[in-house]
Amino acid sequence: MRKVYVVGSGLTSIGALWNYGLRDLIAEAGLAALDEAGVDRVDAIFVGNMMSGILNAQENLGAYAADYLGLSGIPAFKVEAACGSGGAAVMNAAMAIKSGLFERVLVIGVEKMSDVTATEDVTSALATASEAEYELFWGASFVSLNALIMRAYADRYGLSEEDFGWLPILMHKNAKDVPYAQLRFPIDMEAYLKSPMIAEPIRLLDSAPTGDGAAALVLSPSDTKNEEGVSVELAGFWSSTDTMALYTREELLELKAAKLAAKRAFEMANISPSDLDVVEVHDAFSIMGYLNLEALGIVEPGKAHEFVKSGDAERNGSLPVNPEGGLKARGHPVGATGVYQIVEVYRQLAGKAGSAQVPDPNVGAAMNVGGTGSNVIVTVLRRVS
Amino acid sequence: MRPNKPVGIVGWGSYVPMFRIKEEDLAAAWGREWSRFASGLMVYEKSVPGLDEDTLTISYEAAMNALARAGVDPIELGAVYVGTESKPYAVKPTSTILAEALGASGATTGADFEFACKAGTEAIQAVMGLVGSGMIKYGLAVGADTSQGAPGDPLEYTASAGGAAFVIGPAPESAAVIVASYSYVTDTPDFWRRALVKYPAHGRAFTGRPAYFHHIVSAAKGLMEELGTTPEDYDYAVFHQPNGKFPRRVGKMLGFPMEKVEPGLVTPVVGNTYSGSSLLGLTAVLDIAKPGDKILLVSFGSGAGSDAFHIEVTEKIEEVRDRAPKFRDYLERKVYVGYPFYARSMRMYKMPADVGAY
Amino acid sequence: MWAYIPSIPPIKREIPHRYRLEGVECEECGHRTLPSRRVCPRCGSRKLKKVTLPRRGRVLYHTTLHATPRGYEFYEPYVLALVELEDGTKIFTQLTDVKPEQVSPGMEVEAVLRKVRVGGEGGPIAYGLKFRPTLKR
Repeated sequence: MRKVYVVGSGLTSIGALWNYGLRDLIAEAGLAALDEAGVDRVDAIFVGNMMSGILNAQENLGAYAADYLGLSGIPAFKVEAACGSGGAAVMNAAMAIKSGLFERVLVIGVEKMSDVTATEDVTSALATASEAEYELFWGASFVSLNALIMRAYADRYGLSEEDFGWLPILMHKNAKDVPYAQLRFPIDMEAYLKSPMIAEPIRLLDSAPTGDGAAALVLSPSDTKNEEGVSVELAGFWSSTDTMALYTREELLELKAAKLAAKRAFEMANISPSDLDVVEVHDAFSIMGYLNLEALGIVEPGKAHEFVKSGDAERNGSLPVNPEGGLKARGHPVGATGVYQIVEVYRQLAGKAGSAQVPDPNVGAAMNVGGTGSNVIVTVLRRVS
Repeated sequence: MRPNKPVGIVGWGSYVPMFRIKEEDLAAAWGREWSRFASGLMVYEKSVPGLDEDTLTISYEAAMNALARAGVDPIELGAVYVGTESKPYAVKPTSTILAEALGASGATTGADFEFACKAGTEAIQAVMGLVGSGMIKYGLAVGADTSQGAPGDPLEYTASAGGAAFVIGPAPESAAVIVASYSYVTDTPDFWRRALVKYPAHGRAFTGRPAYFHHIVSAAKGLMEELGTTPEDYDYAVFHQPNGKFPRRVGKMLGFPMEKVEPGLVTPVVGNTYSGSSLLGLTAVLDIAKPGDKILLVSFGSGAGSDAFHIEVTEKIEEVRDRAPKFRDYLERKVYVGYPFYARSMRMYKMPADVGAY
Repeated sequence: MWAYIPSIPPIKREIPHRYRLEGVECEECGHRTLPSRRVCPRCGSRKLKKVTLPRRGRVLYHTTLHATPRGYEFYEPYVLALVELEDGTKIFTQLTDVKPEQVSPGMEVEAVLRKVRVGGEGGPIAYGLKFRPTLKR
């Protein structure tokens, strides 16, 4: 089967972008990616998005994106996997390239959350990632479900609240110099521990913000080298699913889907965890970030907090994690996040990560989690020079 | 009124929500001193429904307790009747939700009854008729309310939440046989609520002699004359109890000593549960009554009318009594709340979400 | 814009497990779960029979919610929990009649029917079996 390469990327700032609607976000990121790839046409578009129907009264985003990019006529589809929609869209685009049917594919992840101004409504929309009739019915928010996992984890390994604070603190530190990041102020442990509870034990500063944003990639089977003589291969990808609801999981603390997706993606890319030079994990909540690190095989179960606290996860550490600030500080426009992650890994490998650049990475991976681990997509990129 | 086949209470159940508000706090919320009203009402505190409770949920737990005592499979219930004046839906029967929740739905009859505070005893009479005529084998009758007193109105001191349920079936299977019933109704506008109005209105003193006392005395005397009984024949007299004073007074008027009335007095500690009122008093008595005891039960519903019952306790009561929580068990778990929680539970104000806020 | 709006047919369709804890048991591997479904989530068997689950259990993990989804604002704060029923079946539910700070893992709880969601002043009421600390007798 053909290889897949990333030949262009684009993204928007993340935040409450009052002046940007869905079509503006799609155009800004999409056109930037096309420009960077040096092309003005593609053969297909995949749009990753979770809540356009609920929040923006807009479905049919494939045709929508094609229309507003001036590309009507080509195949275009919306891909949805809750918060994993971005990674899922990239996987679909990669599959499209591998199929041999397309020579150049545009992937856009987009989410426009700020048009619904009441948090209760956004909370309800986000909760559709979990089981509507059997979790949401009881008044569960997405945060509350992650809170249960965090309780179970803290219980199992004897962790205190402080042990979870290291990840958000690092994320805020990293995002400070990232121009497109949503939250660019540092936080400390005191602020973390004093921030108000959302669903105990998850506090405000443990939880990624909501925002608008779009990120885009152009994928191609040909490894056109960039000006630096580097090309970046989308070397491995896989998605795995687990049960929708927490109460039907076999083992609450095992993200089975995350482990399997990582295993198969690593196999496809022919790498092992020790080959990784940079990772993007899905830290919508610190517990999910920690469980991602375990599932990727980077830390032993229960040891993620030590890894982050020690400094090993910093930009100049042994394995940088979310050098741009992750979901917590770079931001989490839900359906777009997975594409942001892969854009960031791509730019790291291409040497274009600006102030967030980690030293000389060759292999990077992104883990994008949909639901409470019910649909996880892992993508591995490799530098080819 | 006697059914063709003897019928009785095969199982009874009570339920009171866990929250209480003290009379002092109810008075103070409106700038009043409770000491001015204390002796007139003889009530200490009243029950407050939890935020997720309503007449249906109260009926459910009372009914589950009744079924546990009865030892009857819910599918055998041929009727599910709920008497209340605080229906969750003005139109949509509480009884069918109850039947479905109990596992009694399908080939059964269901209806909601309204007759102010005596809707529950009417439900009992109707089930007695169905069972006593051989139309059904067992039926469930419930009296329950989450009554609302208008804010700052005298009735706010007593309007409370609670309910009682009775599985009625053949007398040989009963813990207490309902030997006979006598009803007395007139058109007396002592207390009413028009359809689109949130709180009931009442005629203050007019609710006393022409209403409560006249109908209870008429029904009680009517029953005792028909049966040839006197107060001496009864071990307990349970009356509708809008406060702690009226039932004691009517008991005295009818010639009952207080020791026969007080065991059935529940209003002083839980308030007036309206359709549950006399029935909760009955469950409190059944919780402690002995085989052979005779109970006079007389309800009162504004509008107005009273249902009187002659009930005789059987040997079976000892077997079934402990199968479910007793009235006292619901008293022991009480938790006090203040007026803010009370106002919230009573939905005295609208939240932004109720009016389509952003 | 609209978020989760309670629709009418599911209020009836979901009654068996919400009102009566009716679920399924896999005839091949014994796994029990609710609501009813056609394929066992553990072993993939299609041989599932109806069971009514026990009404008592204990709390495994719980969380107290302060930022509620639409339609649940009236009840804030409330406690959600993973409860293990007496037969080992795990369910997800809301706890009631208890202060959040009084909830502890291992606490014994029993099922009670309560309002779960009310569609405003004119909409339908969805009831369901929540769990409360087991009543002492």
